Amino acid sequence: MSLAAVDVFDGSAPWRLSERVSLRDESFGALAYHHGTRRLVFLKSRELVDLVRSLDAFESADVAVASMISPALRAHYVTALSSLAASEIICEG
Amino acid sequence: MKADSLRNRFERGLSSPICLTWELTYACNLACTHCLSSSGRRDPRELSTNEAKALIDEIAAMQIFYINIGGGEPMIRRDFFELIEHAVNQKVGVKFSTNGTRIDREAATRLAGIDYLDIQISIDGADALTNDRVRGAGSYDQARRAMDNLKAAEFGPFKISVVMTRDSIEQLDRFEELAVHYGAQLRLTRLRPSGRGAEVWEQLHPTLSQNRRLYQWLLERPNVLTGDSFFHLSALGSPLEGLNLCGAGRVVCLIDPVGEVYACPFVIHEEFRAGNVRDGGFGTVWTSSELFRSLREPGNPGACASCGSFDACRGGCMAAKFFTGLEMSDPDPECVFGHGETVLAAKRLLIRPTPSPDHSRRIPLVQKTR
Repeated sequence: MSLAAVDVFDGSAPWRLSERVSLRDESFGALAYHHGTRRLVFLKSRELVDLVRSLDAFESADVAVASMISPALRAHYVTALSSLAASEIICEG
Repeated sequence: MKADSLRNRFERGLSSPICLTWELTYACNLACTHCLSSSGRRDPRELSTNEAKALIDEIAAMQIFYINIGGGEPMIRRDFFELIEHAVNQKVGVKFSTNGTRIDREAATRLAGIDYLDIQISIDGADALTNDRVRGAGSYDQARRAMDNLKAAEFGPFKISVVMTRDSIEQLDRFEELAVHYGAQLRLTRLRPSGRGAEVWEQLHPTLSQNRRLYQWLLERPNVLTGDSFFHLSALGSPLEGLNLCGAGRVVCLIDPVGEVYACPFVIHEEFRAGNVRDGGFGTVWTSSELFRSLREPGNPGACASCGSFDACRGGCMAAKFFTGLEMSDPDPECVFGHGETVLAAKRLLIRPTPSPDHSRRIPLVQKTR
């Protein structure tokens, strides 16, 4: 994980899928395309895709992770979210 | 999941392309010597506005992220703005390639007001002399005028797109300066022996040592875009930015102005035609074409099987092999280890495929004098 990824992600804040992103389901998870940065990003599991799609229903990313992901895997998914935040696939608010 | 297994999944094809290239028209007001689509004259069977809009609707329904619009010169079509607005309104991103001749102040202002839009202005030299040799007299100045207009209209970071020829490759730093001057992004692509490019490829394609320098230059500049053009150079060491695979019929394809679907923008040839959008829509072609199915099967590494770099370059570009008369199992003609050149030299007497179809303007017998 890069330093930038650590800096940008605050799990106690509310997060959501950026409106400039198109998210398309694939057999391995999903492909996300950011229309602003023109970057293609892979979401490599079904659970991550569901988590990202549900973020805006929770008061914070931490609460979303706690509600949807089993305890042993939570740290892994927070890392995944912070890297999605770094590539602007998800945004605060 | 490891990156490599993702690449394998990509090679087996996706439910929809990531993006596709759509040549809107074969009509062009320039006659570049290396034109991939042998453009010039409009094909009277061109998709109508309604057919084009229905195709965009299907592209949106298939969740294809963006379309690369080209030609010919796409801005020549009278419904150009209508079509790109129809796409971006459905969140289908549009990236279009143009020679810039139609981007006057008014067009630049209109373009600047459209979201999800990307523009690539083509030049093939950092000065008029180098550029116009390939793209025709006056084309450099016209492209620069388009860039000036986009900058004045505050379009934002458009792209300057350059095909790497033996001459333009010597001007890399000057292209970079030009991009900085305009706040633009530089995009370099590979010269392919496709369309009219087949006739000039031998004299214009970069030499082995030029390609090696290009590789180093790109490695040091991950922000320079390449459209995954140079994955054959990744055999030199660390992979370049991008997916580093041949996406033909797997993650990309091409639709031509009359609705024919080809495996990629560089193989407008009967042998790589998968079907026509007029026969049951694009989705049917994408999922059911025999050609695309076969491209999604594991390829035969052929002569490259014993090379330690096969995993890096995957044997190179299908189009570059095909139009230079090589077999799919041969090395890329520009293989960085020179294997392609050896095979090419041995096959010199073979007849190369003729590009089809050809929409080049017929050269008039008597040239008008000004």
